[in-house]
Amino acid sequence: MTTDFKHHQAAHCENGVASNLLKFNGLNLSEPMIFGLGSGIFFVYIPFLKVNHAPAISYRPQPGIIFSRVAKRLGIKIKRRKFSNPEDARKALEENLRQGIPTGLQVGVYHLPYFPDHYRFHFNAHNLVVFGKENGDFLVSDPVMENTTVLTPAELEKVRYAKGTLAPRGQMYFPVNVPKEVDLKKAITKAIKSTCSDMLAPVPIVGVRGERLVAGKIRKWPEKVGVRKTNHYLAQIVRMQEEIGTGGGGFRYIYAAFLQEASDILKNPELKNLSAEMTEIGDEWRDFALNASRILKNRKAGTDVYDALSDQLYGLADREEVFFKKLKKAV
Amino acid sequence: MKKEEVPQDKSNLASAHMRELCYAVDKQGNYTTALSTGWDPKTIALDNHMQDLKEREEEARAQVKAGTASPILYFMEAQRMDLYVLAGYVGMWGWRVKRHLKPHVFKRLSDRVLRKYADTFEISIEELKNFNQ
Repeated sequence: MTTDFKHHQAAHCENGVASNLLKFNGLNLSEPMIFGLGSGIFFVYIPFLKVNHAPAISYRPQPGIIFSRVAKRLGIKIKRRKFSNPEDARKALEENLRQGIPTGLQVGVYHLPYFPDHYRFHFNAHNLVVFGKENGDFLVSDPVMENTTVLTPAELEKVRYAKGTLAPRGQMYFPVNVPKEVDLKKAITKAIKSTCSDMLAPVPIVGVRGERLVAGKIRKWPEKVGVRKTNHYLAQIVRMQEEIGTGGGGFRYIYAAFLQEASDILKNPELKNLSAEMTEIGDEWRDFALNASRILKNRKAGTDVYDALSDQLYGLADREEVFFKKLKKAV
Repeated sequence: MKKEEVPQDKSNLASAHMRELCYAVDKQGNYTTALSTGWDPKTIALDNHMQDLKEREEEARAQVKAGTASPILYFMEAQRMDLYVLAGYVGMWGWRVKRHLKPHVFKRLSDRVLRKYADTFEISIEELKNFNQ
């Protein structure tokens, strides 16, 4: 059994699954539009939460929330289910496929056989769509892959029941009610406003303040935890910014693409200028990653290289503060 | 980032025939997508991370050899897990797993408990027990 689900590659798994599932249900929204409507751009630094033995840094809000916000803002209903019993999880998925419903799943990355070995680590908030079952294997559309792939029932069970932080517990989700007409204008305005207040939030670990906090830490780490650990932390930052399907520059380019689309829909030319500005900020983030990687490669001693990197991040935080204040006024 | 500047560096993606999607602007300044085979700064960061994992694994191996840790520590590191992830897979509290990392506690573990670890690491109980020989 299979459905006529169309696979489109995306930069990020969650946007990709949301976009692909909504397209199947007759609502044509691009990946950047989903990302923008879900207020996906974010920054948070959680020093006491360790991921891969380094403090957690994220350029996006917690998993699942982007799709939930999109649904809320457009009046779409999504059904989410978790199962304590893997057998029930499999049956419910098969029942969905029988009814012709492509279904989104939350999975762990570590046991995904089609991922290159270097990308296999214990991260449990990956998303993919199962859209059919043929010859006993599940047909899988993983949005970060160019093409669709297959997983055996045993493989699928393993990734659906990965353990650790954010364990998926067999979670599956699918839209049950997609309205024919949606009020994009209102949703976009609301989403942009919410993004601005997130990024400018008066919380020390969030948004531009979080970026400043990390900038300060980069200056202190070499003395406090040693060069080796500092480099490990920097590597983690670069990976979070560039590796985890961000589309480049810690999601800044995807957001710029969203602002460009939003400018046409709202007929607001100012947003186009802001989109160009966001692209430049994205370029600066790329440059930051480049400089960080140079430190990793040269293993240069001396704190001046870290100071320079820290200054660059302070500069980025200042630029983003100005940017999001302007964006708030523009809508 | 301009479309023609989307990096096409060599990376580990090639081993799985993967290319990733990037967002970039075309000559008219409009956003479009392009596929990238990799970017050196990313590869450097990833290599740094892999190096770190390798070092942790070797350190664990040495500790087990020296008799200061149980084989569970080695297999945990080799599978890129931390205590919390391992505790999730074996279905025990973190403090219990932490105790099992001590060689003298490990020696007294029942086969029933060892089976949970062996299944998680996808090895046999014998491989787990006789790691040091």
